[in-house]
Amino acid sequence: MTPPVLEVAGLTVTFPGAGGPVPVVRGVDYAVAPGEVLGIVGESGSGKSVTALAVMGLLPPRATMTGSVRLHGEELAGAPERRLTAVRGRTISMVFQDPLSALTPVYRVGDQIAEAIRAHRRIGAKEAERRAVELLDLVGIPSPRQRALAFPHEFSGGMRQRVMIAMAVANDPDVIICDEPTTALDVTVQAQVLEVLRTAQRETGAAIVMITHDLGVVAGLADRVLVMYAGRVVEAGRVDDVYHRARMPYTRGLLGSVPRLDGGRARLAPIDGTPPSPGALPPGCPFEPRCPAALPECREAEPPLVAAGGPGQAAACVRAAEPVADPVADPAEAAEAAGADPGTAAGRADGRPERAVVLRVDGLVKHHPLVRGAVLRRRVGTVRAVDGVTFDVREGETLGLVGESGCGKTTTLMQILELAAPQRGTIAVLGRDTARLRAGDRTAIRRDLQVVFQDPLAALDPRMTVHDILAEPLRAHGRPPGPRVRELLGLVGLEAEHAGRYPREFSGGQRQRIGIARALALEPRLVVLDEPVSALDVSIQAGVVNLLAELKERLGLSYLFVAHDLAVVRHIADRVAVMHLGRIAEIGQVDRVYAAPAHPYTQALLSAVPLPDPARERARRRILLEGDLPNPASPPSGCRFRTRCPRFTALGPAERDRCVREEPEVRLLGGDQGAACHYAERVDVM
Amino acid sequence: MVTSAERPAGAAPSAADQDAGPPSRGRVVAGRFFASWQGRAGFALLALLFALAFAGPALSRWSYTDKDFLAFLSPPSADHWFGTLQTGADVYAVTLRGMRRSLVVGLLAALLSTALAAVVGAFAGYFLGWTDRALTWVTDLLLVLPAFLILAIMSPMFSGGQWPLFVAVLALFLWMVTSKIVRGITVSLKEREFVQAARFMGVSPARIIFRHIIPNMSSLLVVDATLNVSAAILTETSLSYFGFGIQPPDVSLGTLIADGSPTAVYAPWTFWFAAGLLVVIVLAVNLAGDALRDACDPESGRSR
Amino acid sequence: MAGFLLRRLINHVVLVAVATSLAYMLAAIAFDPRSNYQDRSPRPPEAVVDARLDELGLNDKTPLFERYLAWAGGVLRGDFGPSVTGEPVLDDLARRAGVTLRLVLTGLLAGSAAGVLAGAYAAVRQYGVFDRLTTGLSFVVLAVPVVVLANMSIIAATWLNDLAGARILLVSGEATPGLRGGFAAHLADRVQHLALPTFTLSLGLAAIYSRYQRNMMLDVLGADFVRTAMAKGLSRRAALVRHALRTALIPAATYFAFSFGALLVGATFTEKIFGWHGLGERLIDSIFTNDVHTVAAISCFAACAVLVASLAADVLHAALDPRVRVS
Repeated sequence: MTPPVLEVAGLTVTFPGAGGPVPVVRGVDYAVAPGEVLGIVGESGSGKSVTALAVMGLLPPRATMTGSVRLHGEELAGAPERRLTAVRGRTISMVFQDPLSALTPVYRVGDQIAEAIRAHRRIGAKEAERRAVELLDLVGIPSPRQRALAFPHEFSGGMRQRVMIAMAVANDPDVIICDEPTTALDVTVQAQVLEVLRTAQRETGAAIVMITHDLGVVAGLADRVLVMYAGRVVEAGRVDDVYHRARMPYTRGLLGSVPRLDGGRARLAPIDGTPPSPGALPPGCPFEPRCPAALPECREAEPPLVAAGGPGQAAACVRAAEPVADPVADPAEAAEAAGADPGTAAGRADGRPERAVVLRVDGLVKHHPLVRGAVLRRRVGTVRAVDGVTFDVREGETLGLVGESGCGKTTTLMQILELAAPQRGTIAVLGRDTARLRAGDRTAIRRDLQVVFQDPLAALDPRMTVHDILAEPLRAHGRPPGPRVRELLGLVGLEAEHAGRYPREFSGGQRQRIGIARALALEPRLVVLDEPVSALDVSIQAGVVNLLAELKERLGLSYLFVAHDLAVVRHIADRVAVMHLGRIAEIGQVDRVYAAPAHPYTQALLSAVPLPDPARERARRRILLEGDLPNPASPPSGCRFRTRCPRFTALGPAERDRCVREEPEVRLLGGDQGAACHYAERVDVM
Repeated sequence: MVTSAERPAGAAPSAADQDAGPPSRGRVVAGRFFASWQGRAGFALLALLFALAFAGPALSRWSYTDKDFLAFLSPPSADHWFGTLQTGADVYAVTLRGMRRSLVVGLLAALLSTALAAVVGAFAGYFLGWTDRALTWVTDLLLVLPAFLILAIMSPMFSGGQWPLFVAVLALFLWMVTSKIVRGITVSLKEREFVQAARFMGVSPARIIFRHIIPNMSSLLVVDATLNVSAAILTETSLSYFGFGIQPPDVSLGTLIADGSPTAVYAPWTFWFAAGLLVVIVLAVNLAGDALRDACDPESGRSR
Repeated sequence: MAGFLLRRLINHVVLVAVATSLAYMLAAIAFDPRSNYQDRSPRPPEAVVDARLDELGLNDKTPLFERYLAWAGGVLRGDFGPSVTGEPVLDDLARRAGVTLRLVLTGLLAGSAAGVLAGAYAAVRQYGVFDRLTTGLSFVVLAVPVVVLANMSIIAATWLNDLAGARILLVSGEATPGLRGGFAAHLADRVQHLALPTFTLSLGLAAIYSRYQRNMMLDVLGADFVRTAMAKGLSRRAALVRHALRTALIPAATYFAFSFGALLVGATFTEKIFGWHGLGERLIDSIFTNDVHTVAAISCFAACAVLVASLAADVLHAALDPRVRVS
């Protein structure tokens, strides 16, 4: 067996806290073989990113670290700064999460890469520049010679992350640590960046440590995986073993709570409670308070990581030796077993039920000026954020509005919420045209139209108690808060005594429940949800998704659910509308669209979402889009997707002409499904 | 000044709310404030100075209007603790009197200017459009007018016990920069979800401004008010030094320093007591303001 | 683009015009130039005073608005009117502007350079001895009003000169009148005169800059891009200087332009106390001599200085920060 390139043993990291030192990493061991991909998964606060910084020797000065980090057998922990500087960027390099803040804003991209090369090699400026252009080419940046002269802010998120990868591989390292490299990116861009990482690994033969919270990404990329919880590794092993035969209840819970693209509308299985704060760990096993399989002895001592299950697999659980069922077998079967409601599926036949329309958007247009410059502020163009969008939501129905950043989904939602006359087109809420509303009518309609925002902490005024927050809509509409506040708290599963507390005293999931309670205060008929679960950890997200589904059934609500996560939408929506560059690309019943999308963009989008199932994820055919989203200020003529469209490239010149000249409208394809493509064709991409 | 009177009223309920919750924000901030040496030192010094300014004159048998015709320009002694001036006035008595005036002027001017900054900035940033253009123009105009000159020209109006007018004009030239900051924060706060949520619930704009926007800047405003205290005291001193501020027979630290500086070399007590107290006041206010800033904003200071 | 530039320019011109007019009106109402002649002995007859005041355009028997129009007409032709002594205001101010510029430029350069360096170093060694020392010092300096600081430095200089038994530091004026000697002697004389006012001016600025730069530097020290620079293999020192300091200098440079504009008139106290015949000194004198035209002209100059400085700050910001440049 080859000796590992990187070996971490007994690593602990402690930060000073108000009430004494806070252990953030509490004894992590792992080894990475040359060329191996090791995935490290965990939720926020599990200590996974701090572990990476500790390995690089880049912890902030106030942190204290113990344990050993060996690179090619050489001890780095406690090594002199000069030695670390020589190793960093040459033998071991790192790709950070947020590529905007990770690049120095005032230097050209090419110069920043050249700096990385010249930090380790005595070569001339010219030579380094040439090499930087080569690297940019390697990571798939078009016209690299010109782009090397650009500044970071002139790049899109995906392109910036490619630059980060170029910088990381500049000196042909033996280990690349990637800390959530695709978390800030859209799915299609994530697929591109992961492909670039694979290329980079092929070129350099480096080992990769992939840190992420996304179980799908790990399933497709990693050879082995570590699961971290509360600063420790709680399960480790080969990807197949961990995903299919997890021995630790936390791992199983995590896998069970992920909404799946290939799953039905089964109720998700959330993990109870919230992750412990590193400063106040429970005695014994830190997962014990949330564990469905806890035994009395779990509370006594923290179980060590012991070998269990497959070769090289280990779990930190007293019940590790017990054999278990496969949590990710087949989601459809699992759904049956979990007692999915077959009624909902049967009720939704091909046609849509004839019910009252609560929201109708017709040909909605919203353009806004693009202004640049500090000294010479001037209009440099018009962003066509929403450019002719048509859809409706009927009573008791959930429409999922999905798309990548910049597609116009949030602008659409804001236009609806403003209840003002749109630039063009019409918006009718509960049958009333917003262009013809008077102030009094508008206030009356606000009662029936409520909103839940993405970031629950930002959506709740930090200086108001929960009682005041929930009472505000009631007071604004002249109703006494009275017992209604208590009722609302009960409705979303919170305690009545929570009313006296402030938002920051709650966990993310609880805060989102408060946000939902506020939206329900006035008994609305239509609730607009703007990415309501995307800021939450997976294990928490499932609970909120379930709550939303349950409330909809009980209160007969209609939802307009805006999201970028296609898997969540599949779980909650009846119909889905896919937006691309201010227009709807495809719209229809969820099952039909997901089973066989007709628009090439929908197909690419669905194929880019990683599945948390190693075998299926690796066997999938992936449709990779090329390049970036076109500039919304100057979209391509005709079909806006044609510049990146795989189907367009396969067409003959005569057929292409139509895509270039004629902008496609949404065309019905039989049943409740329509696509805005001249050559729409239903394809299964799962 | 009608608008500025509304601000404390708008901010007051939120302060009351804070005390209601279990670990109230006010108490957390106070805890952090007193945990830093700047906070403790600043607070202790200020408390001491206020006690001295208001209770101190009672300790001496000389009042600030008395003249001792037996002792002109005499050094500190048991009779005249800080010595006497050329006029025979007791330095201890006049210095405390001047300090009292300076403290009151500084506090009032700071409060007024911060209130003005909050209201103007928040309205401009919230409504944008023409409201913003008009308010920004006024702000810019006051910014380009040389404050010192206007105050100096108006100085004859401040005599005869009209010092409150001086305070008002002083405040009028202190608020502009803060107001611009407040406007910027308001523009970004307006995009924050909790403000949008209130808007989409049908809450009125004025209520949103006084209930959500201004309370959410309270830490900035408190810090700004603190630092404005020292700015106001320093400006008052400079103006009074040239005879443009507090008018005789009223005294302030500025007028005392101006009167004392020609004799400073051979009769140091005429200059150093007033100058020293002034430095200590401003130092104390700045220390407290800095500690308050760190206490209000957990991102800055200690955590790094 | 031209449209925007034009709008901004028009807005600035209007601001300057309104500010200058306001200052004129205020001064014309509050000042009493007639009183300049009342203390003379023998007291001039009223008709003579009236004639003289008419000549200067300051006669309070002419309606204010008429006086204003006559003066404003002159301003449009580039003539700010005569001062109370009868000389054209602009000639005097132009000469004084050079004096002020020399003082402000040296003071600002010395102060900002010292402040930026001290602040940046203090941030890197946060809570170290140097940081604590500069923090404490800047607190004390910021608490000392310029008038006290100036008087203190004069006292200190007098004491130092006595101690040395020679006049090392000169506390009044810009140069010794009638000094004989070569270029070197003149230069030394200028430096001797410049040292104290520059020190007074720059000490306060250094204190402000060091606080400001320390905060800016602390903001970028924790930035991801500094971490990236170190992850690339740059030493801590290189990462701090090349990446952190370079980025943190942008706001300081902008602030530099701002304070320059404000200081052109703001160095009043320093000039007055050290007897420099600059704009600030003229401002104070003009108030005492009821000189309406000079007050208005200085207001105009101050307004222009602030606006030009804000424009310069924007240009400087764009030059240093590619993010705000129009690409």
